Amino acid sequence: MTPNPYLFIIVFVGVALVFPVIPLGLAWLWRRFFQPSKPGMEKNATYECGVESLGDAQIQFRSQYYLYAIIFLIFDVEAIFLVPFAVAFTGLPVGAFIAILIFLLLLLEGLIWAWGKGCLNWAK
Amino acid sequence: MNPTTFFIFTTLLKIVGIVFVVILPMVSYAVYAERKVSALIQDRLGPNRVGPAGLFQPIADAMKFLLKEDFTPAHVNKFYYWLAPCLAMVPAITTIAVVPFGSTLFGVPMVIADINVGVLFVFAIASLGVYGIVIGGWASNSKYPFLGGVRSTSQMISYELSLGLAVIPIFLLIGNLRLTEVVQYQIDHGWMIVPFAGDWRNPLAWLLAIPMWISFAVFAIAVFAETNRLPFDLPEAETELVGGYHTEYSSMKFALFFLGEYAAMITGSAIIVTLFLGGWHFPGIPDGSHGWIFGLINIFVFFAKIVVLLFIFIWVRFTLPRFRYDQLMRLGWVFFFEIALVNIFCVAAILAFHAPPFPKHGLQADESDHGIPGGKMGPAVA
Repeated sequence: MTPNPYLFIIVFVGVALVFPVIPLGLAWLWRRFFQPSKPGMEKNATYECGVESLGDAQIQFRSQYYLYAIIFLIFDVEAIFLVPFAVAFTGLPVGAFIAILIFLLLLLEGLIWAWGKGCLNWAK
Repeated sequence: MNPTTFFIFTTLLKIVGIVFVVILPMVSYAVYAERKVSALIQDRLGPNRVGPAGLFQPIADAMKFLLKEDFTPAHVNKFYYWLAPCLAMVPAITTIAVVPFGSTLFGVPMVIADINVGVLFVFAIASLGVYGIVIGGWASNSKYPFLGGVRSTSQMISYELSLGLAVIPIFLLIGNLRLTEVVQYQIDHGWMIVPFAGDWRNPLAWLLAIPMWISFAVFAIAVFAETNRLPFDLPEAETELVGGYHTEYSSMKFALFFLGEYAAMITGSAIIVTLFLGGWHFPGIPDGSHGWIFGLINIFVFFAKIVVLLFIFIWVRFTLPRFRYDQLMRLGWVFFFEIALVNIFCVAAILAFHAPPFPKHGLQADESDHGIPGGKMGPAVA
């Protein structure tokens, strides 16, 4: 009986976590015990090339970024559907090939529509 | 020792070995290599003070990062500010868990977790890397990191599509997602970039080389974009965004972002090598079942291929100028995405006309196993 390989992936993630956590911890300990704390107005200020910062940075931003994310979701799902199709391809009848072709053409039509609407155009 | 204990023991040994003996030195010396190679390209000397030819520079850098003040600015979201560097580092390393980095050594297969959905796992974990960058940018509560963060998200998801679609021709050909099977197929039939190597007289195999080359090019370029390397380094374009998403970071947290990028480069190269360049295989070198020395040579070949790819990464960085953001998005969505999609159907058509279908690898064995490589990968342990 052999253990499930996913078990080792979990162990691997644990070891990979050690990789950043130990240096972070060491740096924190060094600051905690050896470094003089000298806070100050300028040191705590937001970096903005020497200009005084105006307002919050966590604000609304260009909607184009969201549009890309939504189109991405659709086509990422498509890519996931293509993977089982690809794996089973050599054993599939012609009908299945045509079915996946129709599925892709539908999505491609969506992409062309979004393209025509200017969703993929960054500089309008 | 009973087989299960032996299996667990060797796997733990492999995990610790790959993370601390291979990845850690590779990441730190990738930084050194970047500085040395860039110096070579720009006709400078590069680091040459610490140790012979500056070879101890990574150690000096690590000490400096440790001793710099570990400063958390007052305006940041503290929890996410600390979380982001870890999130940038962990997925980059975790990807390597499913990659076969050698054949066998003393009968032990050189892969940590040989799962049957290897490639899907790679994509799932690699795409988590974007969280480190976007959370780092957002939690800094500063304008430059914020812009770097959203840019990076947009760029990474755009190129992830090309990345995912570019590998599908390979699975049309192989019919298996397991990465050890991908390597085995390439040993039997020639590397993916030279699919005719196993069958010189077959014109369809020669025809197949064209879409495979396109696949390889699209995949490699998408890896460049995913790892935020020039010519796609818009998220940290220093001439417009200062330092991009890590502007507000200092000390060890900055170092982790910095090293995370190199770790992502190494794992990205490992995936390219496994999928297209034959993995640990090199013509004329037998696998590890012929003696442990060959097992070691196979591991060496795998990492040598990665080093060559890293050199190309660095070479490109110091040769090509940066894209403009709208050009970058247009290139991803309008050019690479369509090419990758059409490419899939070219391969499907070629395979449909291929009179004797390509042999299917291991599909039958896939129902009941839990990914312990047996059969083709040499003597199984368990």
